[in-house]
Amino acid sequence: MKPFDYLRPDSIDAAVAAAQAPDAVFLAGGTNLLDLMKGDVMRPARIVDITHLPALNGIERDADGGAWIGALVRNADLAFDDTFAHDFPAVAEALLSGASPQLRNAATVGGNLMQRTRCAYFQNTASACNRRAPGSGCDALDGLNANHAVLGWNSACIATHPSDFCVALAALDATVEIAGPEGRRSVALTDFHRLPGDDPADETVLARGELIVGVRLPAEAAALAWHSRYLKVRERTSYAFALVSAAVGLAIDSQGTITDARIALGGVAAKPWRARAAEAGLIGTRGGVEAYAAAGRAAFAEARPSGDNAYKIRLGQNIVARALARAAAGTPRELPALPGSPFATEAGELAHV
Amino acid sequence: MSDFAPIVAPARQPQRASIGQPLKRREGVAKVTGSAVYAADNHPAGMLYAVMAVSTIANGRVSGLDVAAAKAHPGVVEVMTPANRPPLAKNPDDRDNPFMFRLDVLQNDRVRYANQPIAVVVAETFEAATEGAALLAPTYDAEPPQLHMNADEAAFVPESVGPGAPTQAAVGDVEAGLASASQRLDATYETPDQYHNPMEPHAIVAAWDGDRLVIDSPSQAMTIARGRLAGLFGIAADDIFIRSPFLGGGFGCKGAMMSPQVLGALAARLVNRPVKLVPTRAQMYGPLGHRGATRQTLRLGLDDTGRLTALSHHARTTSSVFDEFFEPAANISHTLYASPAISTSHDAVRVHTGTPMFMRGPGEASGSVALESAIDEAAHACGMDPLAFRLANYAEQEPISGKPFSSKRLYDCYAQAAERFGWAKRVLAPRSMRDENGLCVGWGLGTATFPVVMFEAEARAIIRADGTGVVETGAQDMGQGAWTALAQIAADSLALELDRTVFNAGASDLPDAGVAGGSGHTATVGNAIDAAGRDAIARLIDMAVDDADSPLHGVPAEQVVARWGRLQAGDDAARSESYADVLRRAGMAEVEGHGRGRADADVAERYAMHAHGAVFAEVKVDPDLGQIRVTRLVGAFAAGRVINPRMVESQFFGAMIWGLGFALHEKAETDPRSGRIMNADLAEYRVPVNADVAGIEALVIEEHDPHVNVLGIKGVGEIGVTGTAGAIANAVWHATGRRVRRFPIGVADMLDDDAATG
Repeated sequence: MKPFDYLRPDSIDAAVAAAQAPDAVFLAGGTNLLDLMKGDVMRPARIVDITHLPALNGIERDADGGAWIGALVRNADLAFDDTFAHDFPAVAEALLSGASPQLRNAATVGGNLMQRTRCAYFQNTASACNRRAPGSGCDALDGLNANHAVLGWNSACIATHPSDFCVALAALDATVEIAGPEGRRSVALTDFHRLPGDDPADETVLARGELIVGVRLPAEAAALAWHSRYLKVRERTSYAFALVSAAVGLAIDSQGTITDARIALGGVAAKPWRARAAEAGLIGTRGGVEAYAAAGRAAFAEARPSGDNAYKIRLGQNIVARALARAAAGTPRELPALPGSPFATEAGELAHV
Repeated sequence: MSDFAPIVAPARQPQRASIGQPLKRREGVAKVTGSAVYAADNHPAGMLYAVMAVSTIANGRVSGLDVAAAKAHPGVVEVMTPANRPPLAKNPDDRDNPFMFRLDVLQNDRVRYANQPIAVVVAETFEAATEGAALLAPTYDAEPPQLHMNADEAAFVPESVGPGAPTQAAVGDVEAGLASASQRLDATYETPDQYHNPMEPHAIVAAWDGDRLVIDSPSQAMTIARGRLAGLFGIAADDIFIRSPFLGGGFGCKGAMMSPQVLGALAARLVNRPVKLVPTRAQMYGPLGHRGATRQTLRLGLDDTGRLTALSHHARTTSSVFDEFFEPAANISHTLYASPAISTSHDAVRVHTGTPMFMRGPGEASGSVALESAIDEAAHACGMDPLAFRLANYAEQEPISGKPFSSKRLYDCYAQAAERFGWAKRVLAPRSMRDENGLCVGWGLGTATFPVVMFEAEARAIIRADGTGVVETGAQDMGQGAWTALAQIAADSLALELDRTVFNAGASDLPDAGVAGGSGHTATVGNAIDAAGRDAIARLIDMAVDDADSPLHGVPAEQVVARWGRLQAGDDAARSESYADVLRRAGMAEVEGHGRGRADADVAERYAMHAHGAVFAEVKVDPDLGQIRVTRLVGAFAAGRVINPRMVESQFFGAMIWGLGFALHEKAETDPRSGRIMNADLAEYRVPVNADVAGIEALVIEEHDPHVNVLGIKGVGEIGVTGTAGAIANAVWHATGRRVRRFPIGVADMLDDDAATG
């Protein structure tokens, strides 16, 4: 392991200042960073340990129903906060569908946003990867790419963002609160991660030294709580990243008309992918099997395979349709035993299949 | 010697015999509390840390290593390369027997697979050694690797498959059988490279004292390991001491001494200090063995009544470019289904991977998934229930040899597992069962089988003056429960209670216990222990009946029985004395017996000896999303005598879950250009997790086999893999109508229109 400096600042300003140094990284849960360092994928010169910063550990509620989540809140603590899970069930379901209990106990909100792609060529230092080593090329393009992007990719990079949590946040119009040398700013979660462009290594809007301090969920997000689900398809029942996932939220009025619809996709692009056209097609309708299938098609209208992954398009369409059907049927009173899983079913839910 | 204090066994049944008791692992508390000392836990004084640098190409040569940069890194003590590696007495590219493998121990600059060791950095800390290895920044002259099993032009017929089995076998006329068939099935199945992935890597702590070598390293076969090291280093086997009290899994990859372990010993010799070398998880995908990929073609002929007229099973497999191990996949078809004509054959292609080797169910596992899939396809072609089809083709004698089975309760396995599973309610047609949530439900069946394997083992049993016993043998516990099951046999062999019997194992200075492999360790070592105990008792009886002061004086020795620490004249409880009394009067500290365990060649000549079983699987498949979940597994196994039902059930569970992984998860993903394994970690090389095992049952079918060995033990370690993988594949077909012939079966297979064969 490359030797590095270790700093443990006691204020946000000090942390931001410490991270101005070249090759500095913030350390929170370390569930991704430490693995990457062990594999020489990341070789930081300076570790800025933010785990002792004050006031980033809380979950705060606004008077209007919105929520502020500190960047250091652990995934498990957030998912098992009953009030939070009640108002933002898709977020809790997404969190609990990810990783393992041990990882969820360590991983943080801010770290989740900052996690790197699981593309094998990014993780393997002998391989060409524009995201890890700018200008080196993309070995995934003609390599093993069954799990790669079908939306928003280019020939520079076909990797996907692996987060579940961010998908739910994207659907709910979350914003990311950032502290930097110039002060504080907020960015929409859907604008936080960048698509590959010319330089896939430029993964987020964060400038050098900028630190995520929290994530804010607006009051409107809580209004979707009655019809809000996360659905994730993967090769095994737990401890696996999504092939494709979807977070959806619906607002349905007393007449059965959909007045708001949110659809975000995971595992399909270098960022959590908001499917706004598909949402627009649902608003004003009464939903139903055909409408949900149409939303699935709309969500993937611009999708194209980046390799051996055409199946993800059909799979994604079906996931959107199923997630919408589940959401329309109503958020379960308690999270199912297998959160986010196709096997987390309630009796009768799939009678239309 | 045992390095842990055995936990006193829990409350025992009133009866005194230990064999048959479902005792908990005697070392279980030590393991879960972390006090059990595994190889990498050892830190002798002055120890240094060694880290391997491994190749990132699969074929070519190393053209440069920046040794100066590595040595300049603070803490780095030495860099071992082909230029300075201590000499060996034996060429590591030579091999003498099927259990010896060629090694990559820096004998030259050649690279023959990705992740091959190319240098070793030794440092004061693990971190410094790791960074030193990174600083070597190797350069290569790379050549294109051969990676594809399908390179037909390069295929050849090996001299043997597995550890010395014939490449081909036949009975009857297969072509005539196919010609006369009213239906024929011709199907090809593919299985991928799989890696053992024991939790514990092949760690070694090596310390030299002159020409004497002490190592801590996990080994399934310490005597073989010692012999291998002795040959390489040109020293006497007696000058090598191996401690291997616990293995964090073996599964076949810890049977031979492998390159990283030899490199650890070489590094210790180079720096003349104790050295620890622990491969990283990624480094385990190369120099430490794997199960080679197969492409298997099954041709079946069927008559009008659903009976086989011919069974042909050909397996293509791979080996490395420099060594031989060929997965004997087709040989599963020798034993399971009656057919007047059977032929099995193998060929192979050499690829730039590490050398394949034994992996849990070598041959049987990959062969079974193909055969059980083909049998299921044949049943469907005949319009028959898969169980009825198997019963119609039930083999009353071993089909390939015509020998009678030493015992075979497969029929009872089918019947009891089917009853437990509820098989009678199965709907014949595929894609016709749904659950209340609309998920497709499928029920499938696979037959399990595994041969009775025995190696050779020795044991010694001692009765001490205080009336307690000591039984010693260099047995190896991979987690299968040898510490417990063999101790149970040991206690009974001396007719002592378990808590009055000390059992020592796991070190190379004990009697040779042979190989913990082939599902044969309990049978082999158990029979050695049993013989040693009986020998000790016989000596004690001789002392008693010859002693004028003994109440047993003059009783014919064959009429004296040993009962729980006492010798007794037949049924005459009044005429008896304790072991301690016999020894005390004789003024002896102890009496020692010896025993051996090995296969009886005459019996093997007369009988076909196999364990059998049946596995029933229920899977659910989401019809739109393609995700697959095994919701129930029910297995029934007849495997001879059961020493410890709890350990045996655990072995069946573990192997059935392994079969689940085989069917749905395990696959090494090799980059088609570089030959690098791109999922060399436990996040992306998938094995089942807890949530994948929704319901599992293993029924033990009582089986008395008077032929296999004195104790009647067959072996339970691997059979559960067979049958299970096929049962799951067959259940997926039954659920969806999709017959997937390339393993593992995944989500994309369930969404691909072409895969549906109804």
